[in-house]
Amino acid sequence: MTLGGGGGVGPPLWLLLELTYRCPLHCVFCYNPTDFARTGSELDTESWIRVLREARALGAVQLGLSGGEPLVRDDVEPLVAEAHSLGYYVNLITSGVGLSEPRIAALKAAGLDHIQLSFQDSTRELNDFLSSTRTFELKAKVAALIKKFAYPMVLNVVLHRLNIDHVGEILEMAERMGADYVELANTQYYGWAWLNRARLLPSREQLQRAEEITQRFRERVGRKMQIFFVVPDYYEKRPKACMNGLGSVFLTIAPDGTALPCHAARMLPGLAFPNVREASVRSIWQESAAFNHFRGEAWMKEPCRSCPERSKDFGGCRCQAYLLTGDAANADPVCDLSPHHHLVTQAIERASRADARGELAANEAPLVFRDHRASVALAGREPA
Amino acid sequence: MSAISLSAKPALGRGFRLQWEAAQEAHVLLYPEGMVKLNGSAGAIMSRCDGVRTVSEIVADLEQTYGATGLSDDVTAFVALAMARKWLEIQE
Repeated sequence: MTLGGGGGVGPPLWLLLELTYRCPLHCVFCYNPTDFARTGSELDTESWIRVLREARALGAVQLGLSGGEPLVRDDVEPLVAEAHSLGYYVNLITSGVGLSEPRIAALKAAGLDHIQLSFQDSTRELNDFLSSTRTFELKAKVAALIKKFAYPMVLNVVLHRLNIDHVGEILEMAERMGADYVELANTQYYGWAWLNRARLLPSREQLQRAEEITQRFRERVGRKMQIFFVVPDYYEKRPKACMNGLGSVFLTIAPDGTALPCHAARMLPGLAFPNVREASVRSIWQESAAFNHFRGEAWMKEPCRSCPERSKDFGGCRCQAYLLTGDAANADPVCDLSPHHHLVTQAIERASRADARGELAANEAPLVFRDHRASVALAGREPA
Repeated sequence: MSAISLSAKPALGRGFRLQWEAAQEAHVLLYPEGMVKLNGSAGAIMSRCDGVRTVSEIVADLEQTYGATGLSDDVTAFVALAMARKWLEIQE
């Protein structure tokens, strides 16, 4: 592949706009950066519209509007209208907080194609505890609104050791809500989830039970509800083809306009991620050093460099490599060919020991809820 | 799955959108958080499935457009496959 001049670089087919880091929830597994409190001011409406136009001209077509909670902004409707008129398929990724009936009607009229609603658990108590708010009943109402406005009902539930044993109840709840798709997405360990990993990583036994329950449920409901079960990376033997390779198809714009090749990539050291306030989307995508850095294979180290699977998984996730080994160019330690794979198996062993003797004591690894005050404290602590 | 009737009127499935993408030089099928790049013949068939035209009218149109004959089996097989993936649905 040719690099550097943009000649061999395909279009950023997937555009994710993180409209804001503000969020009414405080989820312990959030992948947002823990130091979000120190990011600059949010882009204004006109700037987001310019980003939409420039990225569409490059071939972007799948659009995610996310955050934080995107609906805390009051300009989601004009952004959806602009995106729709440009030909994007527009996905709103929301906790449901702020999605009133007038608002969903306005979004529908603006051309919103799809809503993904997140749930923390099937029970009000755990949903509210894990997100540190009282939102369960509101979410159930929003789910009914999504059906009423003839959207496919896509429910996303983030799984971890505190709720994975409820997976049967979660699926029953989804069925009662008339969900068409359910994503049982095991927590991946970035941002706040990384901080809370010791309390969130399930044991192998928990994971196996949950997969069995999910499989039985699939066999019972058949095709009316499609269920995706995403295993935590830590339990894989080979890494995921993360983002299909950084800089391949995926472009995230953070609330302050920073352009990232993945929503977690902000943590990667030594890369000056460009900002859409200062450069065009085209130059960022095709020419910036930060986006070209992990394209191709020149950055790879052994064992990836000579691995026959390198063109399939691209060495896995750069952020995971960095978090676990301190070097983003190392093989993703999830891979059992990685010389750092023991870091993953040790974390799993700790999780299984904790499972065997019951829950970890709260003072052993207190949960850190994602909120502004905690973020301010974490932003002052280096490295984040 | 039952065989596809030639008088059926296939339409895009709910939540799907089909459009031509110049950047990919292909028809793409867009759906919640996903995208399928269609090959030429799949794009030609799908873009004619408007819920108004019957399968036999679509076959006739394709045969005329591409100067071919005997496309009926290929088209019904594709429609069946696309229905299994919920890309298409047949309205009664």
